[in-house]
Amino acid sequence: MRDYNKLIFEISREGRKAYSLPKCDVDTLPVDELIPEKYLSSTPTNMPEVSEVDIVRHYTNLSSKNYGVDTGFYPLGSCTMKYNPKINEVVASYDGFRNIHPLQPEETVQGALEVMYELQKALGEITGMSEVSLQPAAGAHGELTGLMIMKAYHRERGEDTKRTKIIVPDSAHGTNPASASVLGYEVVEIESDKNGDVNVEKLKEAMGDDIAGMMLTNPSTLGLFEPNVNEICDIVHAAGGLMYYDGANANAILGVTRPGDMGFDIIHLNLHKTFSTPHGGGGPGSGPVGVSEELAKFLPTPTVEKHGDVYTLNYSKPSSIGKVKGFYGHFGVCVRAYAYILSMGAEGLENVSANAVINANYLMQALKGTYKLPIDRLCKHEFVLGGIENDNGITTLDIAKRLIDYGYYPPTVYFPLTIHEAMMIEPTETESVETLDAFISAMLKIAEEAESTPELLKEAPHNTPVRRVDEVSAARNPIIKYT
Amino acid sequence: MEIKKGLYYTEENEWVRVEGNKAYIGITDYAQDALGDIVYIELPDVGDTLKAGDAFSVVESVKAASDVFLPVSGTVIEINEELEDSPELINEDPYGSWIIAVDLLDVTELDELMDAEAYEEFSSQEN
Amino acid sequence: MHRYIPNTEADLTCMLDRLGLSSIDELFRDIPRELLLENGLDLPEALSEQELISKMMGLSKKNSGVNELTCFLGAGAYDHFIPVVVGELVSRSEFYTSYTPYQPEISQGTLQAIFEYQTMICNLTGMDSTNASMYDGPTACAEAARMAVDSTRRNTIAVSRTVNPEVRKVLDTYMDLCGFKIVEIGMDNGATDISQLEEQLNDDLAAVVVQSPNFFGIIEDMNAVGELLSGSKTLFISYVNPISLAVLKKPGEYGADIAVGEGQSLGNSLNFGGPYVGFLATTKKLMRKMPGRIVGQTTDVDGKRAFVLTLQAREQHIRRSKASSNICSNQGLNALASAIYMATMGESGLKEVATQCMQKAHYAQKKLTENGVYKPLFDRPFFMEFAVTSAVDPSSVNRDLLEAGILGGYQLSREYDEYTNGLLLCVTEKRTKAEIDKLVDCMLETAAKEGRGMA
Repeated sequence: MRDYNKLIFEISREGRKAYSLPKCDVDTLPVDELIPEKYLSSTPTNMPEVSEVDIVRHYTNLSSKNYGVDTGFYPLGSCTMKYNPKINEVVASYDGFRNIHPLQPEETVQGALEVMYELQKALGEITGMSEVSLQPAAGAHGELTGLMIMKAYHRERGEDTKRTKIIVPDSAHGTNPASASVLGYEVVEIESDKNGDVNVEKLKEAMGDDIAGMMLTNPSTLGLFEPNVNEICDIVHAAGGLMYYDGANANAILGVTRPGDMGFDIIHLNLHKTFSTPHGGGGPGSGPVGVSEELAKFLPTPTVEKHGDVYTLNYSKPSSIGKVKGFYGHFGVCVRAYAYILSMGAEGLENVSANAVINANYLMQALKGTYKLPIDRLCKHEFVLGGIENDNGITTLDIAKRLIDYGYYPPTVYFPLTIHEAMMIEPTETESVETLDAFISAMLKIAEEAESTPELLKEAPHNTPVRRVDEVSAARNPIIKYT
Repeated sequence: MEIKKGLYYTEENEWVRVEGNKAYIGITDYAQDALGDIVYIELPDVGDTLKAGDAFSVVESVKAASDVFLPVSGTVIEINEELEDSPELINEDPYGSWIIAVDLLDVTELDELMDAEAYEEFSSQEN
Repeated sequence: MHRYIPNTEADLTCMLDRLGLSSIDELFRDIPRELLLENGLDLPEALSEQELISKMMGLSKKNSGVNELTCFLGAGAYDHFIPVVVGELVSRSEFYTSYTPYQPEISQGTLQAIFEYQTMICNLTGMDSTNASMYDGPTACAEAARMAVDSTRRNTIAVSRTVNPEVRKVLDTYMDLCGFKIVEIGMDNGATDISQLEEQLNDDLAAVVVQSPNFFGIIEDMNAVGELLSGSKTLFISYVNPISLAVLKKPGEYGADIAVGEGQSLGNSLNFGGPYVGFLATTKKLMRKMPGRIVGQTTDVDGKRAFVLTLQAREQHIRRSKASSNICSNQGLNALASAIYMATMGESGLKEVATQCMQKAHYAQKKLTENGVYKPLFDRPFFMEFAVTSAVDPSSVNRDLLEAGILGGYQLSREYDEYTNGLLLCVTEKRTKAEIDKLVDCMLETAAKEGRGMA
């Protein structure tokens, strides 16, 4: 059914229905007696009218046009596409978690508050931070929240109008500068040195009393551990700035080292990357924020607290930045992450990092002779190739698209921007050496094809539900709804 | 790459065509080629007064967004509305597709810009 | 080894050998020694699957949810019926284990589903364009405010006091720390004071935010707001309950520039507050100012219809520090649930849900207030929530209700000092006549018991 090509609106037939509701068993009145006519709509909602079978077949067919972690290897760099354990889905669907209202009396949701409290504690231990808030909805939202805390800190010291700049390395994910500028910060980009590390001399030059802080991903988007992280933290602290840790790549360091110990003041984690919760085709994620003891008072409200055996929500925190999201964050995602941590235990988490790192290095070593490897040194959970040397005009995009023909989801391409023709590969710990070997064979085969039959790459993918799409006309004349 | 005689050029690859006190501004052949297929252009409002160096427009391709900087100070007196519906005109005819016209505030600012020859020299080194 | 980590000890030995390393520790030799965690993490030992089930089941049982208690609580999160197909289809792992659809060739399922979601949201709100969804209602509203500031180049947002306090708090945080100003529009008898709004209009105002049905369930005069703002540069941000739009006027019908709201009601479980899904819809003119992902229709090289993420040059991964928003995800799975819900309910189902909510809420309000012990707090048309007041302390009311297996209302004094004894009740289509009658009986009993029968 991969040729199924109908929109739900195109299979709609007037009068067909897929729902059943109980009869309205109260005394009713004509609608216009309840609500003045001027408030009532005169237009239909134009929702599709289909049967239940139609719905089930439609979405089942759509799902078959998707590639997920459950379909196969998904080495999407910086996204940590690890296996999403089934048990996590099951526990998150328990009635006592899924069907509780956020404003219920606290005595009726003690189990939920306990999950949140214990997860906060576990994440604090894993990162070496003093307190954690689960409120942010995603990684980018965690960044925003963390920078809000940074701003609140400088404001309390009367320095917020003076400290207007945030330092970001040029290899950073685009979200870092975007988050900073959303809050009105000026972004100062620091060039990486030839090893891919932060150029410490350039950093020193950029320091001043106008620096609010620095955002650093460690390991970096190049998959490299920043060897001077201590010194970097010291430099920024000495200038009165705070250090922000982007936890996008935390999968490499679980149980090995902690941002709190490196000297970071504020961190965020991505539960949908490091802690195995599903990406959901774009969300929901969850981006908890952790802070040092000094900054704990700025965390969003409410905070979850434990007094004796009772869990409570504390709304009265006068220095808090306030709320960044409705209610308490993505509780359903938090349940999954908590179940994951419980199922891994301390030792299991250490094994996560060890296997994520060995898998990445194994791939890197096998591919580096054939593909360009601009920075050749021990990597952490991921590494970045720089395309392939060839005379046929084969680009990273062509290689990526050809990988689809071989049954793989392509790596992250054209990021980081500092590497020409970048291809960022992150195998994760949930893949076996056999899977890696098969991927290596495919990559080597593609390199051969790039020489012998370049058109195979240029025209790839060949057997997908759709082939390469026209992005230019999509953007020039946007059609973003069915009419 | 085509570089047209009789225009002024900037290092950011904008061109200026002067008619009396009125200056038409667009992006060069090099700029359109570097951006690739242009899908959208954001235009300023007529009446905006801007300084030389201000970003007055954003040109977007599928994979990039690029600010266009005003080479000379002036008040916007015309915008090329045709580009709103057909931004690809910039790809097809970069020197024919002016983006805005401004009423020049200070004609001496033109002296700071490059002529075709200087721009050619600059392009061969920089671009 | 762990069940989620396939490499065996033998595999690891072999791989280390291939890498020319002698131990796992060597994989981390680039980390300065003083940063290495010496004694490991202080976390409990791993649980087996059976132990995990029993632990999590135990925790879940410490909560009593809306399947155990009869829910009359709303205030921003609603207990609607979710057809079984929604959960079944969303659970397909091709949907939930995929990433943001960057590679369109193998993501058409997600892309088409979002395209259909976008269509449904546009149809429901009567707006021209929408994105692939936002984190939730409150953040959607904050992003709409940022969008207004950005596109009008003005600095102040006016927010009605009848907007859900949860939404206003998020808006406050965003505006405060982004350096923008918020002004509050007062209320009159539970609705936005339109004449006060008129007085507050000025050239520094980027947008006005009004919610309808508002926090008290009251239907605001959105026509009046639309008329007031038509022709002015100030944008009209309308915060709406999507279910209500099957019956009530759509934002597009009264001239809203941006329609936002909480999509939880559309097929998403209560989940103790999240994940939910926000929607943000706007005019054609402001389409390119929207934050977040957007899916568009195009064709592939063979001319076949295809869907793809589009207008990406707005976004952070291209614009970096010049992007107007840092958002790089959507609530993919929740938006999918919403789309399946809307498709399942269809034109008539959505209307019936909205109508039943309205009828049942009015029945409850009439029944509860007819003998005068509880009085309507406001005298205005409402949708499915209504506020009452009485001489009885609402915490006693809620306590007794809970004892009777009922999740009572929202105490308005939490956020509105002046409504000391105000209680906000919500009645969805799920409630039966018997349940409503029981609610009324219980509440009257409490009043009688407290000896404040006829206040």
